[in-house]
Amino acid sequence: MAQQSKDGVRKQIELPFSEAVRISFQSLRIRFWRSMITTAGILLGIAFFVAVLSGNVISASMSKSETLRTVIDAPQSEGVSAQQIWLVVMSLIVCVVGIANSMLMAVTERFREIGTMKCLGALNKFVVELFLLESSFQGLSGALMGSIIGFISIMLLSLKDYGLDVFRQFPNYILGVLAYIGIACILGMVLAVIGAAGPAYRAAQLPPADAMRVDL
Amino acid sequence: MSEKRVTVKAEGVIKEYRMGGTVLQALKGVDVSIEKGEYISIMGPSGSGKSTLFNMIGALDEPTSGVVYIDDVNLLELSPAEIAWIRCWKIGYIFQSFNLLPVMSALENVTLPMIFAGVPVSERRDKAMELLTKVGLGERADHKPTELSGGQQQRVAIARALANGPAIILADEPTGNLDLKTGRDIINLLKEMNEEEDVTIISATHDLKMLDVSDRVVYIRDGMVEQIKNRAELEIEIGSVEGEESGHL
Ligand SMILES: Nc1ncnc2c1ncn2[C@@H]1O[C@H](COP(=O)(O)OP(=O)(O)O)[C@@H](O)[C@H]1O
Ligand SMILES: [Mg+2]
Repeated sequence: MAQQSKDGVRKQIELPFSEAVRISFQSLRIRFWRSMITTAGILLGIAFFVAVLSGNVISASMSKSETLRTVIDAPQSEGVSAQQIWLVVMSLIVCVVGIANSMLMAVTERFREIGTMKCLGALNKFVVELFLLESSFQGLSGALMGSIIGFISIMLLSLKDYGLDVFRQFPNYILGVLAYIGIACILGMVLAVIGAAGPAYRAAQLPPADAMRVDL
Repeated sequence: MSEKRVTVKAEGVIKEYRMGGTVLQALKGVDVSIEKGEYISIMGPSGSGKSTLFNMIGALDEPTSGVVYIDDVNLLELSPAEIAWIRCWKIGYIFQSFNLLPVMSALENVTLPMIFAGVPVSERRDKAMELLTKVGLGERADHKPTELSGGQQQRVAIARALANGPAIILADEPTGNLDLKTGRDIINLLKEMNEEEDVTIISATHDLKMLDVSDRVVYIRDGMVEQIKNRAELEIEIGSVEGEESGHL
């Protein structure tokens, strides 16, 4: 290591963040259907998450409005029951396992690409960065779509339970719902990144020669 | 004759691959020394260790023992970041299977190494365009690899290899997936780069057409250097190549 940095080995290798974003976005766009599968896994988990939690907010604010408190099993206790937490957590774990699995496939089928990038001078951390960016985009878009779907479904269910009153109460619960959607988006990204980190890190460590030996 | 400087040197390079209980020695102590501006072919039958040697010389893998020097720098003493720097600036790689990034256009493929090198946006676009034009693909800049023929993809790969003005181009069977004529075009293109830019070309091959343009040929067999022939010794054989060519490929 005591190398006296011959003729400018000191020059930096870089990957500007804007370029990394562009490259990973392009990668996703071109493999659209492929990446939709990963995204769909996140979407379902988050849809469930948002539906359960906003369901709680909605029914809480419905039962506060005196008019219709008798009808259905609107939970007497506000807040989230232990059983619901358990369900949500389980669904999110299933979600992470799904992401990890599809990320493992996505990374494995791109070993050659990873090796090639390293031949062109990419540092290991660039490779990891690109995959984490890709997966966080997937996480975010899956979470956004999942939130919308989750919210629409719980609205339909509430409409059935409470009738049009649901719309009258809208201002009372929308902030709570939006807060959960915000959490869901962050959660979606974090879960996607967790799922991708392992495979991406391991693939990035491979010497290019090994990475490129993989024949498809 | 101008003074020659050694640019790549391998000393006692051994590479072993472990598979389960068995150890396969792909290189059994290789010494070669390659001068700046040379066009060197590494010839040998399939499985003789050409690609393994290519990987060792190109800093794509580490030898089990032995040392590789690039411009007197011992690769073993470099940090990962310095190795990346060498791959980015010093060496251009060309592969049998082209290895273009499939999601990127020809232009973007050529631009990528310049992004890593920190070349400003406008400059790298112009440079990439210039290189693509040079390899005869100026009009195909926006095409994806899948929209290009094998020969065209290999041209893009050559343009990409030249992006950061490397001192060395390493090519592993660059004509292996190409038909006879396209293969010859690629060989000529490499020769052109060799003569015009004084780029050292090191090419693993079993394509006899390469003999024509090589300054020296290193023959390897079973992981060992069998013999090294220089230009003068090669001249004698070239006549026979034409005859064998039809049987080749
Ligand atoms: N990563 C590897 N793992 C195990 N064996 C390998 C690996 N790479 C190469 N080999 C073996 O080493 C020998 C030399 O291979 P290679 O260098 O690819 O030869 P060539 O390029 O001349 O065809 C072969 O027997 C090959 O099977
Ligand atoms: Mg080979």
